Amino acid sequence: MNNLVFHLRDAPVSAWAGIVIVAFYAVLAILAPVLAPYAESASVAAQYQPWIAPHYLGTDALGRDVMSRLIYGARNTVGIALATTILAFTLGASWGLLAATLGGWFDTISARAIDVLMAIPPLIFALLILTITGTSVVALILVIAILDSTRVFRLSRAVAQGILTMDYIEVARMRGESVFWLIRKEVLPNAASPLIAEFGLRFCFVFLFISALSFLGLGIQPPTADWGGMVRESAKLIAFANFSSWQSATFGLAPLLPAGAIALLTIGVNLVVDWVLHLSSGLKE
Amino acid sequence: MSDILLDMKNVMIEGRSDRQWKPIIKGVDLTLKRGEILGLIGESGAGKSTLGLAAMGYTKGGCRISGGSINFDGIELVGASDEALRQLRGKRIAYVAQSAASAFNPAFKLINQFTEAPVQHGVLSKAEAQSDAIELYRKIRLPNPETIGFRYPHQVSGGQLQRAMTAMAMACRPDLIIFDEPTTALDVTTQIEVLAAIRDIVRAYNTAAIYITHDLAVVAQMADHIKVLLRGEEVEQAPAREMLSNPQEDYTKSLWAVREFRRAPRPPRDANEAPLLVVENVSAAYGPVKILDNVSVTIKRGSTVAVVGESGSGKSTLARVIMGLLPPIEGGIVYDGTALEGVGAKRKRGLKRHIQMIHQMADTALNPKHRIKDIIGRPLQFFIGLKGAAKEARIRELLTLIELDPDEFMHRFPSELSGGQKQRICIARALAAEPDFIICDEVTSALDQLVAEGILRLLDRLQRELDLTYMFITHDIATVRFIADEVVVMQHGVIVEQGLKDDIFTPPHAPYTELLLSSVPEMDPDWLSNLLTARDGKIAQVDPE
Repeated sequence: MNNLVFHLRDAPVSAWAGIVIVAFYAVLAILAPVLAPYAESASVAAQYQPWIAPHYLGTDALGRDVMSRLIYGARNTVGIALATTILAFTLGASWGLLAATLGGWFDTISARAIDVLMAIPPLIFALLILTITGTSVVALILVIAILDSTRVFRLSRAVAQGILTMDYIEVARMRGESVFWLIRKEVLPNAASPLIAEFGLRFCFVFLFISALSFLGLGIQPPTADWGGMVRESAKLIAFANFSSWQSATFGLAPLLPAGAIALLTIGVNLVVDWVLHLSSGLKE
Repeated sequence: MSDILLDMKNVMIEGRSDRQWKPIIKGVDLTLKRGEILGLIGESGAGKSTLGLAAMGYTKGGCRISGGSINFDGIELVGASDEALRQLRGKRIAYVAQSAASAFNPAFKLINQFTEAPVQHGVLSKAEAQSDAIELYRKIRLPNPETIGFRYPHQVSGGQLQRAMTAMAMACRPDLIIFDEPTTALDVTTQIEVLAAIRDIVRAYNTAAIYITHDLAVVAQMADHIKVLLRGEEVEQAPAREMLSNPQEDYTKSLWAVREFRRAPRPPRDANEAPLLVVENVSAAYGPVKILDNVSVTIKRGSTVAVVGESGSGKSTLARVIMGLLPPIEGGIVYDGTALEGVGAKRKRGLKRHIQMIHQMADTALNPKHRIKDIIGRPLQFFIGLKGAAKEARIRELLTLIELDPDEFMHRFPSELSGGQKQRICIARALAAEPDFIICDEVTSALDQLVAEGILRLLDRLQRELDLTYMFITHDIATVRFIADEVVVMQHGVIVEQGLKDDIFTPPHAPYTELLLSSVPEMDPDWLSNLLTARDGKIAQVDPE
C-alpha cells in the first residue's frame, strides 16, 4: 500500500489526468441516481429541446433529458464493460496460467483451440451468437467475456511461461507443490503487473465493443440508457441540423456528446495503463 | 601529443534510488598513459563498472556525473556535447562488455556488426572494414578468420564471441579500450585463450586499456598497474607486481588472503559405513541428445564430493537427475539403501525432504514477491508440518544459523538483500527441510571472492554441526581445494577421473584434468606467459572448441 502511494507521488501529469478522468466517470456511475436531474427513461419535455435550463443538454426524440441519460449511460455501459472484463480475466488468466504450468498436451490443445477462436473476427462472431441467444445483458456479458478471454489467455500464458523458467519454480516443483499452489503463490504474484496493465487495455476494448454492438442495435436494449445506443439514435440529426444559430446547432451536436463520453473514458484509461505498463517494465527513464 | 591519455580527477557519480541521489563514486582520480593497462578490481557494488564507463563520458540510466573532470587526450568529457562524445566513442574509446552473448545483436552477422563503427565514423569503407575484420580475426586467433565473420552470434561459442567482440572494439584502432569483466562468464580453459588474445592484440597496437575484474589472478596477468576500489573510493593503487607481492591496505590484504584459505581437517570416519547416495550407471538425455553417459558416483555420509568440469560437461544434469527433475534413461539412484523413483513427483515426501538443492543464481531461486519468512517458512510447513509460533521460532533459529539477524531480515523481500545474503537465504530454505544431503550447484560462482569465502565457511560449519553431506558442483578449482573430500572430473557427460582430492590433485593426472588444473589462473604475473610457452599448441588438441 505504501508502495502505491509512493508511485502515485512520482506519477507523471498524463497519468494524473487519466486518474482524474477515470475517477470522474466512477463518481458519475456510482452516484447516477443522485446526480441525474431526471429519471433515466422518462419523457420529461417536448422532443429535441435546445441546450437551455432546465435541460442543459437538451432532450432527445422522445423528450428524455439527455444529461440524465448520459449520466445513467456511464453506469450501464461502464458497469457492463467492467463486469465483462472481470469475467474475461478470470476465465482467460486462470486457463492461461493453468495451461502454461501444466504444459504438455493440455497446453497444446488449449493454445490451438484458442487460435481457432481468435481466427474468427470477434464482431461478426458476437453478432452471430447474439442473434441466436437474443440480446439480454447476461448473454451480452457472457459472449463478449468468452471472446475476450482468448486474448487474456494468450498474454497470461506467455507471461507465465517466462516465470516458469525461474529457479524458484524449480525449487517449488522439487518440493512437490501442487499445481494450484504453484499458480497462486509462485506464478500469479509475478504475473500481476502485466495482467493489471492488460486489464485496463482490455476494458477499453470491451467498452468500445459494447458501444459498437449497441450502435448496431444488438447491445444494450432501449429504454436503458447507453452511449453507443444514444449515438445511433441521434446520428441522423447531424444531417438535419441548422447551424445558423448556436441554439439550433446544439441539436446537430447531440450525437457527439455520447461519442465524446466514450472517447474521453478510453483516453483516460489508456493514460493510466501507459503509466502502469511503464512501472511494470522497470525502466528508469 | 602528451604521454597521458586519460586523466580523471576527483570524479563523482551519483545514482538515483528512492527518489534521491546517492553517491556511487566518491571522488576517484585515475590517470592512464598511452599503451598502459590499468586493472580495476573490487567487489560488486564497488563502482568499478561505473568508473570504467565514466572514462568514456558515459553513465548508465539513472546515474549522473556530479563532479570532477574527465580529460581524454585534451578533450574534457564532463559536460561535452553528445556530438563531441559520439566522435570519440567507438572510434577513439571502445568498450568490451562482460557478456558478449547479450552485447551482440542476434539478428546480424558478426562482420556486419564489426563494420558498423568504422563505416559510421568514416574511417574505412565497407569493403576495407571487412578485410580489416578478417585481418583482426586472424590476429586474435579465431578459427577460420575468413568465414567466421559471416556467422550469426548464436553460431559461435562464448569464448569466440568474446574474442570477436574484442576485435570489434579494435575496429577503429582506438586509443583506449574498456574491458568490463570480459572473461567472467567463461570456463577456465576458454578464459586462457581470451586473456592471451586480448593481451597480445592490445600490446600489438599499443592501445591503452582499463581492465575491470573481480578476479585477482586474472588482473595479475593483464595489468601494468592495479587500482583497488571499495564502495566508490580508491583503496590503493600500485604497479601490478608491487601490489601483488606487497599490498599495503588491510582490505587489499584480505582480498589476497581469501585464496590461501583451507578447510580444517576432519576426523576420519568408519570406513565400513554404508554410502549415503549411490548413482549407478546413469545415462540421461534431453530429447535425442545424450548428456550423461554411464555415470556412477558413490557419496559417503558426512563427506563433500566436488563435481568439476566446464559448462556442457553434464554436471548440472547429474544434479537434476538426482533431484528427480530429469528421469534417467538408464541406471538408477539409491539413497540410504532405498532406490529412488526416476520421476521426482513420485517420490515420497518424507524421502524428498532428505535431499535438497541450492541453486547457482540466488536471484532467480527466490521468488521476488515472497518475504523471507514465507520463503523459509514454506518448507517448514510442507515437510515438517510446523505452523504459527513454532514455525516462526524455527525461522528465527534458521536465520540465526546462517548468521543473519532474524528481526532485521524476516519481513524483507529478496530484492532488499545483497547477493551473499540471498544465497544464505537459499541455504536456510534447504536446511528448513532438515536434509542429510545437499546439492550445491555453483553456489559461489556468482559471488565476489570475499562473499563467496563467507558462504563456503558457513557451509563448512553447517556440515560439521549438522552432519551434512554435500555434492558440490563447480568449475572453480580454488573452491574444490577449499571444500572437497573427493573429486569427480567430468567432460562431455562422462566421468574422466574420480577419487580423493589429494589423489586427483597430485600428478600424474588424466590429460583433461591436467588441462583443467593448469588453466586456473595463479597470482604470479608471469603465469600466463609461462603456461602458454609450456603448452605450445597442446591446447588446440584437447580443447573442445
